[in-house]
Order: sequence, then structure tokens, then C-alpha cells
Amino acid sequence: MSKDVLIAARDLSVHFPLRGLGFGERPVVRACEGINIEIEKGSFFGLVGESGSGKTTLGRAMLKAAPISHGEVVFSDDEVTYDLGSLQGPELKDYRKRAQLIFQDPYAALSPRMTVRDIIAEPLEVMGLTSSREETDAKVREIAAKCRLNLEHLRRFPHAFSGGQRQRISIARALVSDPKFIVADESVAALDVSIQADVLNLLNSIQRESGITFLFISHDLSVIAHTCDFVAVMYLGQIVEAAPTDKLFSETSHPYTKALLSAIPSLDPDVRGHAQRLEGEIPSPINPPPGCRFNTRCPHAQERCRQEVPEWREMSSGHHVACHFSEELA
Amino acid sequence: MTSPLISVKDLTLRFKTDEGLVTAVNNVSFDIAPGEVLGLVGESGSGKSVTAKSLMMLNAENSVYDDNSKITLNVDDREFDVLSLKRAQDQMIIRGGAISMIFQEPMASFAPAITIGDQMVEQLLIHSDMTAAQAKEVSIEMLTRVGIPEPAQRFGQYAFEFSGGMRQRAMIAMALSTKPRLLIADEPTTALDVTIQAQVIELMKDLVEEFHMSILFITHDLGVIAQTADRVAVMYLGNLVETGTVRQVINSPAHPYTRGLLNSLPKLDDLEAPLTPVPGDIPSPLDRPSGCVFHTRCVESDAIAERCRNEIPLTTIDSANHQVACHLAKQGDQA
Ligand SMILES: Nc1ncnc2c1ncn2[C@@H]1O[C@H](COP(=O)(O)OP(=O)(O)O)[C@@H](O)[C@H]1O
Ligand SMILES: Nc1ncnc2c1ncn2[C@@H]1O[C@H](COP(=O)(O)OP(=O)(O)O)[C@@H](O)[C@H]1O
Ligand code: SF4
Ligand code: SF4
Ligand SMILES: [Mg+2]
Ligand SMILES: [Mg+2]
Repeated sequence: MSKDVLIAARDLSVHFPLRGLGFGERPVVRACEGINIEIEKGSFFGLVGESGSGKTTLGRAMLKAAPISHGEVVFSDDEVTYDLGSLQGPELKDYRKRAQLIFQDPYAALSPRMTVRDIIAEPLEVMGLTSSREETDAKVREIAAKCRLNLEHLRRFPHAFSGGQRQRISIARALVSDPKFIVADESVAALDVSIQADVLNLLNSIQRESGITFLFISHDLSVIAHTCDFVAVMYLGQIVEAAPTDKLFSETSHPYTKALLSAIPSLDPDVRGHAQRLEGEIPSPINPPPGCRFNTRCPHAQERCRQEVPEWREMSSGHHVACHFSEELA
Repeated sequence: MTSPLISVKDLTLRFKTDEGLVTAVNNVSFDIAPGEVLGLVGESGSGKSVTAKSLMMLNAENSVYDDNSKITLNVDDREFDVLSLKRAQDQMIIRGGAISMIFQEPMASFAPAITIGDQMVEQLLIHSDMTAAQAKEVSIEMLTRVGIPEPAQRFGQYAFEFSGGMRQRAMIAMALSTKPRLLIADEPTTALDVTIQAQVIELMKDLVEEFHMSILFITHDLGVIAQTADRVAVMYLGNLVETGTVRQVINSPAHPYTRGLLNSLPKLDDLEAPLTPVPGDIPSPLDRPSGCVFHTRCVESDAIAERCRNEIPLTTIDSANHQVACHLAKQGDQA
């Protein structure tokens, strides 16, 4: 693997078999299909798409928390190289320390009877990363300070906190094991805009100071645009376009990315209704459309799109797209 | 000037709770003209939903309105003093008659065990003198109008059989079938993907024009406001801090809170612009700040901090009908 890639998915598929109705084949949810992405060390990698497109599943597969049905996910930092598909035992335990998830809401995910200190300390204790209570407390205080939580906060229970503070607790918990890789799944989706900016700035500054690599998942393209240096756009289990952020916005190539962009309501009251509307809704991943999966909603779909799966092609350096006609449509 | 469809004057609403009386809406006044879309914007907990529910007397049992709160509805040359409608029969004029409401979570509008069609028909039978057959015809027409494919089949289905976007459309169809004069839309697109949100906004715009109704459009999303509203009211901790046309409020915001909201938004046309949060957190409604309610988070009050802490700013209004409640606002007339 190239030296500066931290984690890569190659031809990755994640399938969830559903309970069958007796005879015949069991239906399968094809949540991720044939995914190729490389996340560079120290990058802030954004993953965007409508709900149901498979973002959470892809993030979980990269944390080895979803089944890898086909293909591989390889993690490689300065110390170890792991093929996640076959990872188990002590190596899997070690990986759990290196790769962390930021919960959307620690209050929903954790016991309301735990103090903020206990919530942040739990990963240290479960993984046996510290040898004394003093060491644990010192580590918790250090990380809490980074996330602007003071000693008084640490003694309280999370229900007493606002949405922004809870998110900072979540971030502290993810940071405490000194991970190399963090998946932040819809970390600001539930926050008010006035608070959201604060959490985004905190994540960006942690990334700059610590060099931790982030996979930042969001359904909001404007949030992604302001936070991430690289963006992958997902539709119905597949990545349809990926590029450095500035390129994705200046040389948008895939019709789905274009549609997502134009659906964002403009802040200018004098620019109304010029959006290129996307018809219909995302189809079911149990029976995805043949050929290009976007063909049922794409304004440019042609016969070829219903027959032939578009190739994952490099348009220019670092800019990939999966559409038969991206040159013609540019 | 024609009289407003609905006029809210000095609305103050408190809730009795174990921890004491909580002020959720404080001295709020606004009008909505016939055919006008008023956007009500503010962070969660600012009092948008309870303000909207007041218009239909839908607030919980523990709510208390101040004596001088007044809501006046003008329909068909008749004037209704909404807060004094005590009899169920009088309240019917409002609920699902002159005013309909749609919500963020469409399941809240539908009874789970009754088909979408039966619920639509029932509403129409209450609020009009249609026969059951006519009501069914009108319902299917409405489902068609909001873009639901195979409306005749869908008529016989339950809400859980609809996708999220389709449910939203069905809720709009039901709310509009009685031809209300005012539609209250409480975060109708917040739970939807942007692509579906764009479809629903388009649909709502078409319908306002077609039915010539007014909308109170509640959202925390200023982009959605910019795309839908004629006028905008900005709410913070139960107070209206700024009211004006959508261009006044978005292009030349007069209140520091409105400016703060706009600065914290990630903008697609300027990816390099830093995101500036409004500092601090929204105070608990149990602990309302003295003076200006926004003073604990205001970054513009430095020179007059003392005054902001102690003195409640009056609402001033300029010649273009732009209203703002801030000590820094240019002296204009008092609203
Ligand atoms: N454990 C599971 N079993 C079956 N289907 C699943 C499971 N997890 C996710 N899915 C399905 O996979 C698809 C992608 O889901 P998800 O990864 O949550 O998408 P996103 O995060 O983009 O909204 C959805 O159709 C979802 O219902
Ligand atoms: N039945 C109730 N009892 C006590 N407090 C309530 C009740 N309903 C709403 N509130 C309070 O009123 C305030 C405004 O709520 P709401 O109108 O729902 O805000 P928004 O819609 O702007 O998010 C909140 O602090 C909320 O907790
Ligand atoms: S391959 Fe065809 S259907 Fe798919 S995005 Fe391109 S033009 Fe549209
Ligand atoms: S009155 Fe003072 S605290 Fe309130 S918004 Fe104006 S400057 Fe800020
Ligand atoms: Mg998800
Ligand atoms: Mg609300």
C-alpha cells in the first residue's frame, strides 16, 4: 500500500442477508458494493450522501463493526498493518484502540448514571490502557481540557448538558485511547447551527494538532465542504465521485453530486427555484437498479446506463467518477 | 390596507412545571397577511412550536396565557378572538378548519390503524358538507396533486406503508384538503434529505399560489427561509428579536443574534470563510437572563454591556417596517 494511506477499502462489499420467506434465495441488503477508497494519513475525509446510501455501514466496516462480505479493508500506520477481514484476538483488541467512533449522542448511547469522567475514562479501563486511577484521571483531565470541559463538568451527568457539550464529551471519549483513526458519524446533525460551527472547529483543530485521520460522515454537503480536505459521494451503496474538496466543487462531474449541490437551499432570497430538481427517491438496496444504480433518477440516463455498470475512472489527478458520460456532461 | 389574516399581540405563554413557572413565549407580536408566508426561525427550544400551537389552542394543559395576550383571526369578514374560544364547537372553526398544521414527523398526523384515505375523508366530512363519495374524490385528487403515484391504491394504505417523503406529501394533502386559510408548517422538511426537501418546498410554493393561503413556516434553517418566506421573524428564548422582509433580515440583519446565526452557517460560495459560532449556550428557560435575553452570548454589546444586562431593549421599527429589539438599533419609532 502506498506509504501515506492510513486505511483503504478495495472492492469492498457489505451485505446483510435478511430472513427468507421459506423457499428460494434469501433476500440480501447490498448496503455497500464494490467500494474503492483510500484515506490518506492526517486527512479529514468526508463521506456524503442521502440517508440509506450506506455511509454508516461503510464507516462501521472500517472499524470492523460490519461484516466484510467481499473485498478487503487494510489499515496501516507506522507500527502495524492489519487486514481487517481476518483480524481477531489480540490484534483486533489492538485495532479497537487505534480506531474509534464518535457517538452521535453519548447520552443516548451510554448509561445516564455514569458521570462525564466515567464516560471518558471507560475506554481506558476496558482496554487496560492505564495502570492506576491517578494515571486514568490525569489522562481524562488532559483530554477533557482539549475538548474544553473543566473539572466541574467531569463530576456531572450528561443529561445536564446541552447538545454541544454532549458532543464534546463524545469527542473526548473517542480521543482518550490516542487513536490514529476516528470515524465521526453525523456528529453535528443534531446540533443547532450556532453550536455546530463550534464543534466543527474543535474537530478541525484536533486534526491539525494531533494528526489523527478522520472519516467524517454527514448528509450535509455544505458542512463537508467547510470541514474536509477530500470528499467521497455515496449513492445506494457505491461511491460515485471522489475528489479533493476544491476540485469536487469546481469540477463537479457526477450528475448525482450536481443534484445534491443544487438541492441545497440558497441563502440568497433572489435566487429562488433555479435548482435542478432530482425526481423520486433512493431505491431499495435489496434490488438495486441494474447498470448504473442512479439511472432511475438521473436526468441524463440513456439505454447504456441501464445495461452497463459505469467504470470507476480517474478524470484528473485524485478525481474519480463513475458515470459513462461524465466527459460529455462536463 | 387589508386586515391581517391573523394577528398575534403581546402573546406571553408560561408553563407550570415542578420547577416553577417557565416562560416559553414572552410578549410576542406579529401579523400574517392573506397569501403571505411568514418564516419563524430560531434555535431549538426558542419557543417556535409553542407559539404556533397557540394559534390553534393546542398547547398542553399546563400552559397559562397572560391576560393581555391576544390572537385575532379574520376569516370571511368575521373576527375570532382565538384565546377566548372555549367551546369545542367554536375551536373546530380553527382546528382543521381555518387553520391546518403539518409537522416534522408525519406519523404524528396519522392514526396508525386507520388508512390514509379514511382519515382524509373523515376530516372533510367534519369540515364541509360533502357526501362521503365527494370526500373520497376530493381526497384522491389531493393525493394526485401532491405527487403521490397511484393515488387510488395509496388511498387505501396505512401511513407505515409510505416512505418518508411520501408520508410528508400525504400529510400535506390531508392538511390542505379542507382548504385552510392558514397552514402552519412546523419544521416540515427538517427530517428529510435535501433532495426530498427541495421537492417538498417546490410543492408547498405551488400550493400557496394555487390556494392563496398564508403559511407560518417554522424552521431553524435560514436557507429554507430564504427560499420560502416573504417575511421573517427571528426568535430567541421566547422573544422576537427581529422581524422584517426576507431581504431585510437575510441581506441586512439588524440584530446581533441574526448576524451570529448567519455567520455560523457554512456557505458554499465561500469555502475558505471561517465558521464563527455564536459563543456559549442557549440559557435554560428557567434561568432567563435579565435585561436583553441575548446578553450572555452577544459579541456586540461590549460598549454598552451594563445597559444590556439591566435594561430590556424595546422593539424599534424603521420606515421600511424592519423591527428589531436591541439597544444598538438606530432610534426609530417604537413598535
Ligand atoms: N444490520 C443491518 N441489517 C440489514 N440492513 C441494514 C443493516 N444496517 C444497515 N442496513 C441497510 O443498509 C442500507 C444503508 O444503511 P446505512 O449505512 O445506515 O446508510 P446511511 O448511513 O447512509 O443512512 C440501508 O438500506 C439500511 O436499511
Ligand atoms: N408542556 C410543556 N411544559 C413545560 N415546558 C414546555 C412545554 N412545552 C414546551 N415547553 C418548553 O417551552 C420552550 C419552547 O419549546 P418549543 O416551542 O418546543 O421550542 P422550539 O419549537 O423553538 O424548539 C422549551 O423550553 C420547552 O421545554
Ligand atoms: S452513468 Fe448514466 S445514469 Fe449513471 S450517472 Fe452517468 S448518465 Fe446518469
Ligand atoms: S441589546 Fe445589547 S446584548 Fe442585546 S443584542 Fe443588542 S447589543 Fe447585544
Ligand atoms: Mg447513517
Ligand atoms: Mg419545535
